[in-house]
Amino acid sequence: MSRLRLYQISVVTAFVLLLEALCLAGVIDKVTMPPPHIILGDLARMVLARRYFAEIGKSLANVLLAFTSAYLIGVVAGTILHGNKRVREILDPLFATYYAIPVFAFYPLFIVIFGLGDGPQVLIGFMLAIVAVIVTTLNGLDRVPSVLKKTARVNGLNALQTTRYITLPFCAPYLLTAAKLALAYAFIGVIGSEFIMARSGMGYEISYAYTNFDNATMYPLILLILLLSIAANSLLSRWERILLARRGQN
Amino acid sequence: MTKVFPATAGGEVVHALGPIDIEIKRGEFFAVVGPSGCGKSTLLELIAGLTDPTEGEIEFEGRAIQKSVPDGVGVVFQEDACFPWLNVRENVEFGLRQKNTDAAQKTRRALAVIDMMGLHDFARSYPAQLSGGMRQRVCIARTIVAEPRLILLDEPFGALDQQTRLLMGDEMLRLWRQISSTVFLITHALDEAVMLSDRIMVMSARPGKVIDLVETGWPRERDSRIVERENFGALTSRLWKTLREESLKTMGRVVSGV
Repeated sequence: MSRLRLYQISVVTAFVLLLEALCLAGVIDKVTMPPPHIILGDLARMVLARRYFAEIGKSLANVLLAFTSAYLIGVVAGTILHGNKRVREILDPLFATYYAIPVFAFYPLFIVIFGLGDGPQVLIGFMLAIVAVIVTTLNGLDRVPSVLKKTARVNGLNALQTTRYITLPFCAPYLLTAAKLALAYAFIGVIGSEFIMARSGMGYEISYAYTNFDNATMYPLILLILLLSIAANSLLSRWERILLARRGQN
Repeated sequence: MTKVFPATAGGEVVHALGPIDIEIKRGEFFAVVGPSGCGKSTLLELIAGLTDPTEGEIEFEGRAIQKSVPDGVGVVFQEDACFPWLNVRENVEFGLRQKNTDAAQKTRRALAVIDMMGLHDFARSYPAQLSGGMRQRVCIARTIVAEPRLILLDEPFGALDQQTRLLMGDEMLRLWRQISSTVFLITHALDEAVMLSDRIMVMSARPGKVIDLVETGWPRERDSRIVERENFGALTSRLWKTLREESLKTMGRVVSGV
């Protein structure tokens, strides 16, 4: 393990230990937050008893749906936009200001249109994620050196083959960054929507536990979301690092 | 033929090249020198079929080149054109993707060329692990593995240091004899042109036209030690004499344009 990694782990451990000490000393009272070791125990019990598995499954399925659709449509849209300068110029201001729009503001409208089901939650996740994917894809495509495109022509590749064998492989690190962003946004969109208004799902259960002072449910679920999101993100980061290391970039 | 680029927004029509009428003989090592911006690279792209002439025609083996790269032509560019996501062997195999040979055969041919280019120990390395000179050798290997009958080199050693350039020049001469292709080399280094070529075409400032055609008369068996010959200096100074005036013309234009 590198020294840097050791420091990174130490910072997180120190923070958890600090929380533990503050809780045990009564600086943070029990109603506000139980000590971390209790949260961990609650989480273990919850998982062993398979409690909330249906809700967790539902939320994760929605995150996956929002992520996959935003990612696939985003990469394809980015690729098409890259070849269509005019349309890109028209849409550029939208992309530049997109994240200034609070997408959640549309949630009530979506509920009116689609009903209080999974649809509006997936749609919010999708809307949050897609522009990040499009912009990152465009950014990657802009960086393909013209000499590689010329090499493609010299080797007799048509437009589709050039995309398949030259452009997309060159952009692979960017596409992984896009995936990381899309996944984070999909999590925020879906869980956040469940929090605001829903009938089930992890976000809903957390908010329900909150209104009932049920710390034994609320904190383990928060911890679980953290762990799931971090695990998915590190998996993609690891892959990204392998690709970048191969290209001599860190 | 002639090449004129249409006007871009706010710009003027650029007459880049020509009229030029040249014939390159099969199997010869042909070099082109000229002041910067004279249309050397445009000429190479025209021969490669990467762009079309505004007027006139270019033929390769008796057939007109139009809008596509003819079969049997390979190009090595000045910029690093290695694919960073593929290792050396895969990069070289890419040059064979159009050929109808099976995977095992492709690997065998790629490895043979990798050996020939002195990259034997690096077949599994990625371009990022190699030096600039080695990466350029990978690009040359990727081009010659398809056994092109005409190799177009666009200042392939331009980004390399002087010593590496001389050694790469030697390798190029050895390869040229070994695979007996025709070589068309664009360079801005006069000594490189004289050292490597059978014939050298000197181009004028834009629009590039032929202002001199120099035969070196070197034997086929040669290497960089040819620079020791008495004639080498004479040939280089002949090129420089012609080019000096042309280069001054371009510079003068820049100065008066300021």
